[in-house]
Amino acid sequence: MAGRFFDLAIGLLAAAGDLAIFGLRAAREAFVPPFEFRETVRQIYELGVRSAPLILVSGMAVGVVLSMHTRASLERFGAESMIPAGLAIALVRETGPLTAGLLLSGRIGAGIGAELGAMKVTEQIDALEATAVDSFRYLVVTRVVACVVAVPILTTLMNFSGMLGGFIAETIVTGMSLRMYFNRAFSLIDLTDYVPATLKTMVFGFIIATISAYLGFRTESGTEGVGRASTRAVVFSSVGIIVANVILVRLIFFIFPKAAGG
Amino acid sequence: MIAAVDDTAQHPCAVRLDGVTKAFGPRRVLDNVSFDVPAGCGFIILGRSGTGKSVTLRHIVRLVTPDRGRVFVGADEISALSGPELSRVRRKIGFLFQNAALFDSISVGENVAFPLRRHTRLADHDVRDRAREKLEAVGLGNEYDKMPAQLSGGMRKRAGLARALALDPPILLVDEPSAGLDPITADEIDGLLLNLKKRGSTTLIVVTHDIASARRLGDTLLMLHEGRIVASGSPEDLTRSSDPLVRSFMSSQHSG
Repeated sequence: MAGRFFDLAIGLLAAAGDLAIFGLRAAREAFVPPFEFRETVRQIYELGVRSAPLILVSGMAVGVVLSMHTRASLERFGAESMIPAGLAIALVRETGPLTAGLLLSGRIGAGIGAELGAMKVTEQIDALEATAVDSFRYLVVTRVVACVVAVPILTTLMNFSGMLGGFIAETIVTGMSLRMYFNRAFSLIDLTDYVPATLKTMVFGFIIATISAYLGFRTESGTEGVGRASTRAVVFSSVGIIVANVILVRLIFFIFPKAAGG
Repeated sequence: MIAAVDDTAQHPCAVRLDGVTKAFGPRRVLDNVSFDVPAGCGFIILGRSGTGKSVTLRHIVRLVTPDRGRVFVGADEISALSGPELSRVRRKIGFLFQNAALFDSISVGENVAFPLRRHTRLADHDVRDRAREKLEAVGLGNEYDKMPAQLSGGMRKRAGLARALALDPPILLVDEPSAGLDPITADEIDGLLLNLKKRGSTTLIVVTHDIASARRLGDTLLMLHEGRIVASGSPEDLTRSSDPLVRSFMSSQHSG
């Protein structure tokens, strides 16, 4: 029993170490030429642009729900006029980045895990190597860079669509104009709310791409392995984002004390 | 010729394995395997399933590194190379995988164009022309824009061959050319490889357990059993072998 526990612990530590080396190599090679510029742009389109509809629709729905909750809370204190600002702060500081990160870990994580896993088991990664192409640089670094670039942009899109959703909910109840809504929404937020919270999603992008690509690259056992890689990519990158978020929020509060106080 | 042809063509030995040993976990797949492949010859690696044939082939293009021993491509010890040097040597080698391993996110034509786009400075229209030529040579001239998933097994293999030959490599590695194909399609693939061999500029290294194909393509046959070389020589030498395993293998009709 104890032996099995230690075997499991050693296996987990070895996998964590392997993943850390994989991630550090990706981070390092992202800054070392030659750069796979064309493939990176293609990945930004595939992973980023094609995720936009998901983010827009989800963001709007989240905005509507947040608006309803905020109204229910603030009405009790007669502070309905604060609804747009409260919603904007909640979205920009935390709800937008975390929700976008989790949604993208589903879409992008599953996609990368399944795609690279399938390439592994059908020898396409070997074929790349045999064609004298550095498969790590071509498949992993490009996806990591694409995610690091795309996730903050998609998070901004989520914040915007969330506020739009909040406006729709608010204007149905009170008839508030778009201009007044956005004036109130932006009255309490500044760059220290937006910039650190959005930049932290670069880390989310790195986590999603690195974990998913790692699991794809290590896929074995045919199509069953591909399914497993895809599922694990979503699970591990989601958990990775949630845990990293705790550390990053702490770090943001330390560097930007104003972000903690409001 | 676009690229790749260099000292390998002149070197008397296109490929050399020197005491290669490889284990995966507790299982020793290759055990002190050594052989030379003369430039321009048809070299066939025979053996039953799981005897280390494909692993041997993968050593030559350094998809696998030996636990012990060395692998040479021409004068270069590929088993010790990395980075740009490894890439330079790999460009001398074409590899046709067992299931073709076409990149399924791009068209058949772009699969063939891929090595040209990566390793030459040809203009886009020249790359496309060249890829189309290669596809025509394997009878797939009209399939440029199709996706790999739309092709049959035999067509995929032919497209894989066109991709492997895109850079006119002096060495072509072929893993189980007839696997999963009907006899007629397998003969067509053999015919393409035979034509290539007859031209004499390509060293052909083929892994197979199709004896008829081995006799047709091979100047030298090498038989592996449980990771060791049990016989090597001309097809006639192996047919006359006193080893019952070799004789029984050579007299079998098994294909694919």
